Amino acid sequence: MLALENYLILSAILFSIGTIGVLTRRNAIVIFMCIEMMLNAVNLTLVAFSRYLGNIDGQIFVFFIMTVAAAEAAVGLALMIAFYKNRESIDVEDINVMKL
Amino acid sequence: MESIFFFVVAAVAVICSLLVVTCKNPINSALSLVMTFFCLATFYVMLDAPFMAVTQVIVYAGAIMVLIVFVIMLLNVKAETVKPNTHGVLAGTAVGVFTLFLTCWFLLKGSMSGAVGNMDKALIEKTGHIELIGKALFTDFLLPFEITSLLLLVAIIGAVILAKKKI
Repeated sequence: MLALENYLILSAILFSIGTIGVLTRRNAIVIFMCIEMMLNAVNLTLVAFSRYLGNIDGQIFVFFIMTVAAAEAAVGLALMIAFYKNRESIDVEDINVMKL
Repeated sequence: MESIFFFVVAAVAVICSLLVVTCKNPINSALSLVMTFFCLATFYVMLDAPFMAVTQVIVYAGAIMVLIVFVIMLLNVKAETVKPNTHGVLAGTAVGVFTLFLTCWFLLKGSMSGAVGNMDKALIEKTGHIELIGKALFTDFLLPFEITSLLLLVAIIGAVILAKKKI
């Protein structure tokens, strides 16, 4: 079996790319996709640790993260549709006031 | 052989995730993200977690990405035409690279410790991965599992209310 470090470094690279995407892109949907990528990088870490420590708990945690990500996708995209109805745009630079 | 396979799939995953960040058109970003999810599912198979791989493909690459692509098409999002703020991009990239260095530094300095269990390849092949997951989920993690169902209910109600025209 491969060394654990391979998986951890790959996961760190994916997480950093996701961070760069969240900080540099301005389209709200792309930012959302980058957040999903960061969640997935963490999932890979959890599964790798779970396998190397021989403990199933990490994979249960991944299961819960996937559930939360699905709920987040539903609510987040509904928010974006509601915002688009008001502003005709999903650019995060237009999301600067809290009134409708 | 395993390491060659790992590095090829890892290269595909990193290239596709870079495409997610750099593509101007959100649809291209979404399709690259699907490819990244498939690569991660491959890693789950390599880590003897087939149930996680299947869930990854069905939930992430299937459900969530279909929802995202659907919203991109519904809102008719165009490719970005405005040139992004160069200072902002530079600062964001610097923070991302710093995150990478920080995590790699911790990785090199740290040592692995944690609750060691009895799950090894022989046990997974004998009892099956899904059975192991199911036993843990319905005994030790029963309360979090029930709370998850509540979370999904709240998410359904929230999504319906947010997307409604007039409440």
